[in-house]
Amino acid sequence: MSRNQELTEGIIRGDRENVVRLVREDLEAGHGPVLILNDGLIPGMEKLGDQFGRGEVFIPELMAAAKAMNAAMEILRPLLEASGVEPLGKVVMGTVKGDMHDIGKNLVCMLLRGAGFEVIDLGVNTSAEQFIEALENSGARILGMSALLTTTMNRMGAIIETIRRAPFGEEVRIMVGGAPLDEDFAAKIGANGYAKDAPLAVDRFKELHAALQP
Amino acid sequence: MGDGAMGTMLQTAGLEPGDAPERLNAENPEAVRSVHEAYLQAGSDVITTNTFGGNRRRLALHHAGDRVFEWNKAGAAVARRAAGAQDREVIIAGSVGPTGSLLQPVGDLHFDEAKNDFAEQCAALAEGGVDVILIETMSDLEEVRAAIEGARAVGDLPVFCTMTFDTHGRTMMGTSPEEAVQATVDFGVQAFGSNCGNGPGEMEEIAEKMIRACRGVPLIIQANAGVPRIEGDQVVYEAGPERMAEHARRCCDLGIRYIGGCCGTTPAHIRAMIEATKGSDGKGAEEG
Repeated sequence: MSRNQELTEGIIRGDRENVVRLVREDLEAGHGPVLILNDGLIPGMEKLGDQFGRGEVFIPELMAAAKAMNAAMEILRPLLEASGVEPLGKVVMGTVKGDMHDIGKNLVCMLLRGAGFEVIDLGVNTSAEQFIEALENSGARILGMSALLTTTMNRMGAIIETIRRAPFGEEVRIMVGGAPLDEDFAAKIGANGYAKDAPLAVDRFKELHAALQP
Repeated sequence: MGDGAMGTMLQTAGLEPGDAPERLNAENPEAVRSVHEAYLQAGSDVITTNTFGGNRRRLALHHAGDRVFEWNKAGAAVARRAAGAQDREVIIAGSVGPTGSLLQPVGDLHFDEAKNDFAEQCAALAEGGVDVILIETMSDLEEVRAAIEGARAVGDLPVFCTMTFDTHGRTMMGTSPEEAVQATVDFGVQAFGSNCGNGPGEMEEIAEKMIRACRGVPLIIQANAGVPRIEGDQVVYEAGPERMAEHARRCCDLGIRYIGGCCGTTPAHIRAMIEATKGSDGKGAEEG
């Protein structure tokens, strides 16, 4: 197995210790951080995301992999920045007002950080005003919103409308997610994106981010 | 036959979306009682207390972590009062839902902390007069074990448990119905089953798997009335009373002993389900 394959396998198995060791050794051997990330770590997350989508692995495996990925990113981030690689972008995240459920939202936050986004996590029970304030203060123009309950999901539309009325509201790309949502609902309430699981959400966030770049 | 949904019924009765439904046990017990009465009138033999989110961790999110004892005891007591007005035997199931946090090693919540929270809630439910502890909507066997140990630490009420197999036929943590039955029977539950999820069709597949693995332990099925969809500003569940009645009959034929409803079910659903399973004998529904 090549070094990169070993790294990929380490991510898939959620073997944080080995992943960190391999990353350090590769750096010492003179490998560049970008290659370690793109050829070693990211393929692992992608493969695991596919397995998750097919129901072959579940939340424990995904959490373990995300933790390994984040440990590796802790090491790589300063080196990536030093070599002029810009962070992927900032994302504001939160569970909507009235909803206290955050297992899914936290998973997406972890995966986004692993993918190289800077995440501003507002937690649960987040109002439109709190979302707007965080977007304003951070300069982020990507927002992820989660709801688990049918009652709180029904408030997402009003929250999006309020955000759109902010001075920068039309620029914001809004992703929505949560168990009772679907693509149609997301379109109806004026969201820019929807994904049915956490790894797919990261893909959609990347697309939204890419589309925002001049 | 059990009962159906509580939360959505309370919303119709004025519960603010986002507020803790358990608050009403203390502050508007009549609203809670009228939901119980609607299910009792429909013919439910088991009614479930309005205490699903009544553990310390969840109530703390509503700044009510210090109300655990009061609200759970009141929730049990109001169900007990509603049942007392009936001229037949009614079983009060004390609802115990998940903490909402992931346990170690996947998440950060320590097993003992979860167990203590469950023990505190179960003690209050027992004090209020429930007949059984119903641990519901679980995804993680470790959390189930914490809840069962918590219940056992404060009393000797029977413990029932249901888990939610909503992710490719498994729980979101990856546990299959067969594994779940096996483990919870080993933990010593008096009845095991499945609730919530993706509607009656998928639930029947889960029921078949559990029947094959249950080693004689009575099984519980409480399905959602299908998957919700939005029409205008209304949330509509696709399975009406007729579909749920057919579902109840199928579960009964499979040998499920305790059948009820979850999200989106109403007294009308429960009434139809009871009607459809009347006269089932032998391995069929335990209607009482």
